[in-house]
Amino acid sequence: MGKVVVITSGKGGVGKTTTSAALGAALAQNGEKVVVVDFDVGLRNLDLVMGAERRVVYDLVNVIQGEAKLAQALIRDKRLETLYLLPASQTRDKDNLTPEGVEKVVTALRSAFDWVICDSPAGIERGATLAMRHADVAIVVTNPEVSSVRDSDRIIGLLDSKTLKAENGERMEKHLLLTRYDPVRAERGDMLKVDDVLEILSIPLLGIIPESMDVLKASNVGSPVTLAESASAPARAYFDAARRLKGEAVPVTVPGEKRGFFGKIFGRKAA
Amino acid sequence: MNLLRFFSRSPQSAPAARERLQVLLAHERASTGDSELVTKLRDEILRVIAKHVKIDDDKVSVKMERGDQVSTLEVDIEIPLDAAKKKPVNSGKKAA
Repeated sequence: MGKVVVITSGKGGVGKTTTSAALGAALAQNGEKVVVVDFDVGLRNLDLVMGAERRVVYDLVNVIQGEAKLAQALIRDKRLETLYLLPASQTRDKDNLTPEGVEKVVTALRSAFDWVICDSPAGIERGATLAMRHADVAIVVTNPEVSSVRDSDRIIGLLDSKTLKAENGERMEKHLLLTRYDPVRAERGDMLKVDDVLEILSIPLLGIIPESMDVLKASNVGSPVTLAESASAPARAYFDAARRLKGEAVPVTVPGEKRGFFGKIFGRKAA
Repeated sequence: MNLLRFFSRSPQSAPAARERLQVLLAHERASTGDSELVTKLRDEILRVIAKHVKIDDDKVSVKMERGDQVSTLEVDIEIPLDAAKKKPVNSGKKAA
């Protein structure tokens, strides 16, 4: 039985889709069998970030409506044999996403994969609540910025009340993933510090992904950053996060805290 | 690392982004609702075949690749030797 992970945030543009692709790929690069599911019906983008946009045949709504078999809708990644994508529908209304249909699909995926990664849409509407509904683990993606932290707090509240786990009186495992972290601005005191965010949200930290050009470049070419630039700082941070997700104890390093000589000279001026 | 990257400039990624978006959006703009040509063809081809042969859903594989100038649709259906003799259950309804 695989684990169902929801990547959620409330706020848009914080890096949910980037994270779904990068974490999914990082797990698959370690031999795990992974499927990433796009729940953003009407505004799908996970296919584009993963470079599969030209190969979408069927989607999540087709499967839910019985127009296609699950196996037919799954797109296998061209680079990683154990990485699959279940795209969202671009044309259908999100009302086609029924609770029963989602349950059936997630249950089937759970028995076939080690990891089912659900990329939630922004907001707190149907798509977002259905994406988190069957999760065993939630990754709350947050930027060190006031509105993102506030929305994350709201999402944590939903995770503790609107999910199947919560309704069964179980505890939902939640992790914080801090993304777009800029060490230079943090040092200048213009950005919320890691400890500040952790103290406010009080859920354990899964990782810190530094703000980086490599993330942008990876989505430009349609490849998860862990594949496109596997030695880059954000990729290494995602690899570490994936290991922590698997239960390994990997110490978290705050980006910028052990910068080398060149970094000290050039890094600060660059900002 | 930074210096190394500076001198060995990697190819730019923005042109790739531009090209991917152009192809994708051309296809998305050309289709309204569910009426994308390749999708339509896919559905109709499957319907026509289902009229004559009982198709096993697990034996159907459909692949699409949306290209710049040309798109490809690949429908791969396993038809067993005796399939033609078996009348599909609901052929009448589908033929209407």
